[in-house]
Amino acid sequence: MSVVLRTEGISKHFGGIVAVDSCTVEVQEGSITGLIGPNGSGKTTLFNLITGVYRPDEGSVLVLGRPATGLEPHQICHLGLSRTFQITRLFWDLTVLENMIVPVRKVGLRPLFGPGMLGSEVERALDLLERVGLTHLKDEPAAKLSFGQQKLLEFSAILMSDPDVVLLDEPAGGVNPTMIRFIMDLIRSLNKEGVTFLVVEHNMSMIMELSDHVIVMDQGRTIAEGPPADVQENPLVLEAYLGS
Amino acid sequence: MLLELRDVVAGYLKNVDVLQGINLSVDLGEIVCLIGPNGAGKSTVLRVVSGLLTPSAGVVVFDGQDISGVRPDLVLQHGIAHVPQGHSSFPEMSVLENLLMGAYTVGDRDVRDRRLQAVFELFPWFKERSKQRAGNLSGGQQKLLEIGRALMLEPRMMLLDEPSLGLDPKKSHTVFDTIGRLREETGITVLMVEQNARSGLRISDRGYVLELGKERLERRASELLDDPKVGQLYLGGSINDSSGRA
Repeated sequence: MSVVLRTEGISKHFGGIVAVDSCTVEVQEGSITGLIGPNGSGKTTLFNLITGVYRPDEGSVLVLGRPATGLEPHQICHLGLSRTFQITRLFWDLTVLENMIVPVRKVGLRPLFGPGMLGSEVERALDLLERVGLTHLKDEPAAKLSFGQQKLLEFSAILMSDPDVVLLDEPAGGVNPTMIRFIMDLIRSLNKEGVTFLVVEHNMSMIMELSDHVIVMDQGRTIAEGPPADVQENPLVLEAYLGS
Repeated sequence: MLLELRDVVAGYLKNVDVLQGINLSVDLGEIVCLIGPNGAGKSTVLRVVSGLLTPSAGVVVFDGQDISGVRPDLVLQHGIAHVPQGHSSFPEMSVLENLLMGAYTVGDRDVRDRRLQAVFELFPWFKERSKQRAGNLSGGQQKLLEIGRALMLEPRMMLLDEPSLGLDPKKSHTVFDTIGRLREETGITVLMVEQNARSGLRISDRGYVLELGKERLERRASELLDDPKVGQLYLGGSINDSSGRA
């Protein structure tokens, strides 16, 4: 197995606050890696540093063996890494199908003169919508979907770019238990097809059941990592959650 | 019991219940702390009590009266004040104006002035800085001002949602010490939510660990964290185990 994502001593300050503090993280190819830690420990900031939303103050990011430090989000997406957000971000007035296609659209003259959506794109989008059970809603505006359905749509839309590595920010947040099961099964089946996952999640039962490897952050640093069972037994981890 | 929640179910989205039949109680004069992992429903409990969220099932009883689904302004009249998470003071107003806003619903000037004096007695520095802009106070001072503003209602019970959020350890200590002192001096009942479990429990009488919308563990505050189940509740068991107690 090789490393598909690596941050090396990465840091980010906001004013006097060190959100991520010289953090080194590795994600193995083909793994489902969980990223946990108490509120404010720097998980989402780390995601933002990896995906180019923020530029690190120091340290570097390697995505699929290529330097990705300081690249723009779309450039990182083109390297083969995609993400979802804690709060779903969709084009609310566009249909479900259009939401699938817009993110993979390359800007150029073709959309001005040619058809709005290419047959191959539509086909791929419909395949993915079938997989997440949203086919019957394909012509509905995204705003009409339930919160769980919005999460599924966001999830399937990022698959349009055929990413090798997917970062999920709280996929189970605000989602009912049946939907959590469905999302877990989806992650597992995509993982079997070769997609690597890095997942931030507060639903501990889910993350412990799903992950091969768990990384724990506290105050911007990694404080522990290993198989889920080891992390659950680690007294340092519980201390971090209970505060001082 | 001053406050009781019985089998309360509530949530923000259709089919996603944050509270899944929760039971808890707070006795007169007690400080009770709710702890638990993110998304356990701690803040939602406070919102249900103060009327910001109507439960879809179960009852909230305050001093013998059913207050489930009662409008927030009427809950306030029952004597329950809610100090929400984050900063809620009016930054452009002075310390004094902020305190007076707390008594906005109090028509009687004498009553208002008497309460103001009482709050000044509890927090002498409010008086010294009464003209200062609230936005210029430190984070810890702003939190104390918010608590002081809530006291202008002369509440019987205060709901505090993560009073230490965003404060450095020293300032959060000051805030917790102040909450403990307020109870000593005024006898006020407090239901508090805290991420920083150790600090919150230090000044509390009892604590509950919440997980996935249910109370999973209830102990005297000094004993709660010694229970080995706490680790399991924070760091995971089975996701299908939402039925019985862990």
